[in-house]
Amino acid sequence: MEIYAFYAIAAVVLSSAVLMVTSRNLVHSIVYMVISFVAVGGLFILLEAEFVAAVQILVYAGGIVVLFLFVVMLVNVTETYQVEFLHRQWLPAAVLSLILATQIGFLVWGNAGDLSADPSASASVLRAVDGGNTETLGMMLYTDYLLPFEVASVLLLVAMIGAIYLSKKRV
Amino acid sequence: MATLGLNHYLLLSALLFGIGVAGVLMRRNVIMVLMCLELIFNAANINLVAVSRFRPDMTGQVFTIFTIAVAAAEVAIGLGLVIAMFRNSQTVNVDEIHLLKG
Repeated sequence: MEIYAFYAIAAVVLSSAVLMVTSRNLVHSIVYMVISFVAVGGLFILLEAEFVAAVQILVYAGGIVVLFLFVVMLVNVTETYQVEFLHRQWLPAAVLSLILATQIGFLVWGNAGDLSADPSASASVLRAVDGGNTETLGMMLYTDYLLPFEVASVLLLVAMIGAIYLSKKRV
Repeated sequence: MATLGLNHYLLLSALLFGIGVAGVLMRRNVIMVLMCLELIFNAANINLVAVSRFRPDMTGQVFTIFTIAVAAAEVAIGLGLVIAMFRNSQTVNVDEIHLLKG
């Protein structure tokens, strides 16, 4: 049952990603990107990572997509309908990317077998605190990973100041 | 009937990474290049969460949270740069951005 859900979600992720890359209109690409992000969130639910799935949908499908739409709105509209939307070297680039993905896929397909799924062990580790994924994640974030968490907040502050400065009238 | 293993997720992530790399190399629009970078980030996130599920170890999910935060910062800075660049040179085509070319 689980594998059918995986195949359905994987088909949605990959097809919407391909449509996003090959779509000529930028707004259509963004819509396909939303579909791909939401499907990846479904994949995270399938992997029993509910909090990460919620963050994925809130941050990616909610925040980043709106940011992209605003920038598409701010830049010139005729630029988004440019006739030549691909580089001249698009065919070698596509072939090389296909070879790269095939190589990585071949390697991981053959060598990932020793990490087998053990549902009982995973349930005890991934839901250690009160049987909840979010509680366990929050406990780890605020005890073992407190310093990286604070550094991430400083990074977000710096990014915010930098974005405001870059978007000013005269840089 | 094959069971759903770690290699299924890793293969999907590799394919998504390949599509993202192809998009970065193929598209002319710099906004589109940033969007394809997000696809690559998503492929890395799938890897982290899948390995966290099958090890099993929560650290992968914690790092996914950090990756998403860094991706959000990267998008904010990148789109700020796109706006500044468009204001200066009136283009979002990566071929026409060659100020540093000798």
